[in-house]
Order: sequence, then C-alpha cells, then structure tokens
Amino acid sequence: MTLASESVANATAQPGVYVRKEPSPDLPPPLLESGWIAWVRNNLFSSIPNAVLTLLGLYAIYLVAVPVVNFLFIDAVWSGSNRDACLAANVGRPVGSCWPFVTNRIGYYIYGQYPLSERWRVNLTFVMAAVGIAWMLWPRAPLRVWGALYFFLVFPVSAFFLLLGARWLGLPPVSTNLWGGVLVTMVLSLIGIVFSLPFGILLALGRRSRLPFVRFASVVFIEFVRGVPLITVLFMSNRMLPLFLSQGMQPDALLRVIIGIALFSAAYMAEVVRGGLQAMPRGQYEGAQSLGLGYWQSMVFIILPQALKLVIPGIVNTFIGLFKDTSLVTIVGIFDFLTTVQVSMNDPNWATPVTSYTGYAFAALFYFVCCYAMALYSQSMERRLAKADKR
Amino acid sequence: MASENERPQAKASILYNPTYRGYFFQVVLVAALVWLFWAAAKNATDNMNDANIRTGFGFFWEKAGFDINQHLIPYSADASTYFDAFIVGLLNTLLVAAVGIVLTTILGFTIGIARLSSNWIVARIAKIYVESIRNIPLLLQLLFWYNAVLKPLPNPRQSFHLGAGVVINNRGLFMPQPQFGAGSWLMGIALIVGVVGAIAFRRWARRQQAETGKQYPVGWTMLGLVIGLPLLAYFAAGMPVTFDIPKLQGFNFRGGLQVYPEFVALLLGLVIYTAAFIAEIVRAGILAVSRGQTEAAHALGLRSGTTLKLVVVPQAMRVIVPPLTSQYLNLTKNSSLAVYIGYPDLVQIFAGTVLNQTGQALEVILLTMLVYLVISLVTSAIMNVYNSRVMLVER
Repeated sequence: MTLASESVANATAQPGVYVRKEPSPDLPPPLLESGWIAWVRNNLFSSIPNAVLTLLGLYAIYLVAVPVVNFLFIDAVWSGSNRDACLAANVGRPVGSCWPFVTNRIGYYIYGQYPLSERWRVNLTFVMAAVGIAWMLWPRAPLRVWGALYFFLVFPVSAFFLLLGARWLGLPPVSTNLWGGVLVTMVLSLIGIVFSLPFGILLALGRRSRLPFVRFASVVFIEFVRGVPLITVLFMSNRMLPLFLSQGMQPDALLRVIIGIALFSAAYMAEVVRGGLQAMPRGQYEGAQSLGLGYWQSMVFIILPQALKLVIPGIVNTFIGLFKDTSLVTIVGIFDFLTTVQVSMNDPNWATPVTSYTGYAFAALFYFVCCYAMALYSQSMERRLAKADKR
Repeated sequence: MASENERPQAKASILYNPTYRGYFFQVVLVAALVWLFWAAAKNATDNMNDANIRTGFGFFWEKAGFDINQHLIPYSADASTYFDAFIVGLLNTLLVAAVGIVLTTILGFTIGIARLSSNWIVARIAKIYVESIRNIPLLLQLLFWYNAVLKPLPNPRQSFHLGAGVVINNRGLFMPQPQFGAGSWLMGIALIVGVVGAIAFRRWARRQQAETGKQYPVGWTMLGLVIGLPLLAYFAAGMPVTFDIPKLQGFNFRGGLQVYPEFVALLLGLVIYTAAFIAEIVRAGILAVSRGQTEAAHALGLRSGTTLKLVVVPQAMRVIVPPLTSQYLNLTKNSSLAVYIGYPDLVQIFAGTVLNQTGQALEVILLTMLVYLVISLVTSAIMNVYNSRVMLVER
C-alpha cells in the first residue's frame, strides 16, 4: 500500500471526518443543450428563416393531414349494407369514407367474376406465388437454386392449369374474360417478371456480345421498346398482333396483353441486367477465361450470379414499375384491380357523394402498401450489398 | 516469328472454333428473324385482304369529321383532314409535355432540396411526398384529379374566382388573355435585344474577371436587360397590350384563355408524379458531391453561396442530368395516359378515334410509335452531346 492510500484509510477511520470514496455522479447535461429542447432548437428553430419554414411546414401538415384523417377514420362509416348507410342525411353528420362499400365489393376486387365455387384455386395460386416470392427474395432461404426452379418453372405451369382449369385434373375450365381484380394484376405482373427476367438477361448478353448482328438486333429491340409508351405497346398487342398471326391461332385478349407486357418489361430488365454486367470488374471475365471456361460456362457460373446479385434492387424497382403499369390494361378491356374499383363506383346501389373518393382511397392504399413494401425490401437489399462491398 | 508459326498446332475441331460458332449463331438468328418478319407480313396481308382493310397512308387526306375541343392550329370537323387531326394531336402532346417539363423541374428541384434541408419537418414532408406519390400508379392519380377533383367543381355560375380575372369551374380554368395591339413588335424586338445583350454582357464580364479579377453585377444587369428593355418599349409604344378578361355570358364564360379540365388534370398528374422522381435524382446528385469539395472551397475562402454556385452545383448537375433526361422522356411518354381522361393528345386522337374510324391498325399504331421513338431518339442524341461536353476528363 502506498502512503497516500494508507492515509485515506486512516482518515476514514476517524469519526466525524467526511471523506468521499466514490466520484460524485455526473450532473445531467443542461436541458437547453441536450434532450428534446435542444433537438427542437437545433432542428426546427435554429434561425429565423428556419423557424418560418417550420411553422409553414406545420401549417401544411395541418391543411393536408386533418381532412385526410377525418375522411379516412373520424367521419368514416364502418358498417352498412347499401347506400343508405353512407348518406349524410341518414347518418346526421358529414360522411367520410364509406368502408362498407369496399367490404361489400372486396370479392369482386380480388377475383373479378371468377366463379364463387372455384375461388379456392385463386387463393391456392396466391399462396404458391407468396411461397415462391419469399423463397426468391429472402437472402438466407435454403436451396435458393430450387427456389428459382420452382418460381420460374413449377409455379407458372401449375398456376396455368390451376387458374385456367384442366379436365384431366377435374378442374372445370374458367374463361379468362371472367378473371379480374387483384388476380389479373398479379397474373400480369408475375408473368411479366417471370418472362422478362430470362428474356432480359438474354437481351443484355446480346447487347454486350462480340457478334455484330446479335448486338444490333438486341440494341434495336431494346431502344425501340424503351422509346415508346406502354399504351402503344398495348394497342399494338391488342390490335396488330391478331393481324400478324394466322387466323387459326388467335390468342385471347388477356394473353395478347401478357405478351405485350412481357416484351415491354424485358427491354427495361435488359438495361438493368446490363448495368450489373458492366459493373463486374474485367478480372472476373479474364479469370473465368483463364480457368478455361467457355462463354456460356463463364456467364452462367461466374458472371451472372454476381452481376444479378448486384442488380437485385434494380430488378425490384423494375417490378414496382411493372406492377403500377399493369393498371393501364383497362384501355384494352382487361379488368385489373383499378378497373374493378372504377366499375364498382358506378354501382347504383352504392351511389353516394363519397363513393368515388372511397374507391380511390382504397385503391391508392392497396398500391401504396404493395409498392412501398417492395421499395423497403429493395432499399434494405441495397444497404446489405453496400455493407458486403466494404472489406 | 516465323518459327513460332511453324510450331505444330493442336488440331481443334471446327465445332469448337469460336469464330465459326459466332457465324453459325448469327446465321441462325438472322434466319429466325427473317422468317418471323416474313410470316408476320404474309399473315398481315392475308388477314387484311380477308377483312377488306385498306393499306397505305391515303386516308391522311380524307375528311376527319370529328371535333377536337383543344386545337393549336385551325381545325374543324367539316374542313379538316386526318392529317390535320394528327398534327393537332401531336401539338397537344408536345404542349402538355413542354409545360409539364418546366413545372415538374421547378417542383422536383424544390422537393429534392427540401429533402436535404436541415429543418426536420421540411425534410420529413418532402420524404412523405416522395414516398407516397412514387408508390401510387400515375393512372390512379390522373383519374383522381379528373374524376374526383375537377369534375365535381361547381358550374360556371358558381365558379371560384381566384383573383386577377382567373376563374375555375367544371368547364376548366379561365384566364385573362393578353391582346397585342399595334406597336407590340417594338416589345418583341426589345426582348430579343435584351436577351442577346444579357448573354453578351455575361461573356464579357466573365472574360474581364478571368483577365483582371474584377467582378461585375452580372445577375442584376442581365435581369435589367431582359425585363427592363421590353418594359421600356411597352411604355414607349404607348402601352399596346390589353387583357381580354373572361366574362360570364349565359351558361359559360366567354373571352380570355380557356384551359380545359382534361389538360389541367393531365398536367397536375404528370407534374406531381414526375416531380417525386426528379426530387430523388436531385437529392442523389447533391449527395454525390463529396464533402471534401465543399470544405476545400471554404478553405479557399469562398462564401457558401459562391461555393454552391461554382463548386457543388456544376458537379451535381453532371450526376443529375442523364437521369433527369430520362425522366423528361418518361413524362412525355406518360402524357399518352391522356387517353384515359379524354385529353386530345396524339394517342387519344390518332391511335383512338382515327384508328376506330379508318380501321387501319397497322399504319396508325406504327406511326404513333414512330413519333414517340423520334422524340426519344432526338432527346437522347442531344443528351449524349451534352454529356460528352460536361463529362469529367480523367487522366
């Protein structure tokens, strides 16, 4: 023991002498420099223009949020069986959204006019799609190669027979003009992605090929499709495609639109994949060559697995765009989700001043939830990749 | 070198020679494409013969016989041809695209900068705007603006007066229209002289600064030249400009400039939707300029305004401009959604009404696509020139 500590020990022994043995606890930082007051001062009122902006912002929130919340929740009508429940005169107060209208028509929004007794087939397809998507998108899912096989081969084939029907399976056929609602939106966007990804990869490889004619054909296709609006592609597949095919093989309306959408999204997918291919360092190509791998071997085993992983966010973003764009098919007489909502607004049983607002609010909510979930996934994927990049 | 060539080479089968394989694949591809086009063309001629559909663009010179409410060139149902209708549609598309691009750039840059604001609430509002607008289909927004906002507006008798002679009702937006009387040409000339003078002054002032370091008030002088000269001419010519103010006559407003509700809805939808994407591009562009650039500029003694103008913005623009162009193209292509709300754009008039009246799907749709394709390619070509001019010259 040193002298100093000894003397301290002696000092404590003496009664009446106070010696502190522990450091005094830290005082909390002054309230004005930490905690929420400081946060408000730094972030909202750091200067006079800043304070003005804050007040203006609060006012803008007040202007938008109050009517929206009032409409969606506070003034909303939650139950009822026809338009009488949502008329201001009957309720005795201003009426917001008329939710019973939506719950009443929800079956139509999901299945269109798909026969009631066969709707379990649609539900089964949705479940299969969900399994496939989760398998593909969850980075730590087991056996992802099998997942890809399932999603790009097993799922499309079984969904085809399940939805259209097959006599040899005991499933009565359901004509595609009865399909509608979320079912059609999902069919269009999933088929779009299932076909556009492989086709887009081929186009991207073609665009970077050494063979001049392959490159030329790919470039012409990609630039042509990307240069025109989707509506004209839909018009083309609806009005021109029947002209180009012999009279014996006329595809039905839904199939024509699917072909149009698949080709359209393939061109966009090709550009996303090309971004990934270009981002691969030259060493990867040269390394594959020095191992003695041929073109297809080096692409399939070395380049594409890495390049596709790089562009997962881009693929998801393309899918979000495709999902939103499926709403355009109403122009060629396909009943997608948005069309069913539009049609149901004209139902005289539910004719009230708030019906159209309710329908639009519900449709916006549906699209927002789907697209925002995908966008969040894409952002988290981007962060993961950025983290993996840092060594 | 000669001895190397004489070295015995492994005899490889021609099957494994990449050159011959390349030829083979290309021949297969060409053959497949030729067959595809040939079969399509043959089917198309057969089908069109069977259905008695004419071919060729002869229909262009026939009387159109349908009305278009918004036309930038003289047009009437009895006197105009399908070609006139085509031009009217094309001009309407270009009009909404041009106005939309200007407005969406302003809105998009504002929101993109707001997203980076140090003010928490402003940044939050901008983020909520971007996230909610981006994730809702444009078509749904257009239908909302048209069916749920503009259509339920009151009729002309109860219309809203927004001040300065601007009136809005369910027939559209009515604005005072300037009428240029005699002597207005003086103002036009003054404007041209002002713009040319302003550009010349700016170049002169830059050279002066580069040579002598002396700075001139460039901004104020340019503003004075561009606005002041026409204003002077306006008074010198004896105030020739009058305004035709819309007045309620009978059931509707007469006079003034009428903007149809379809145009307003389409413009609102396009501007609000595209601005959300532009905001993200602007944000990414500004964030891409590294902090070191700003700090180095401060270390050189530049003030923060000057830093922004001379250091940050030029570098950010390099990142912003290419994706910004593709957003402009998207806006132009998305203007074809006009067909859902009845704005008479190219697709609505030509691929809609004209196609239904003539039944010549092949010519009409291909021509419509070609127009958009030409717009896209011309824009891309201009952008490539711009890009190669501003691109970083690296070692």
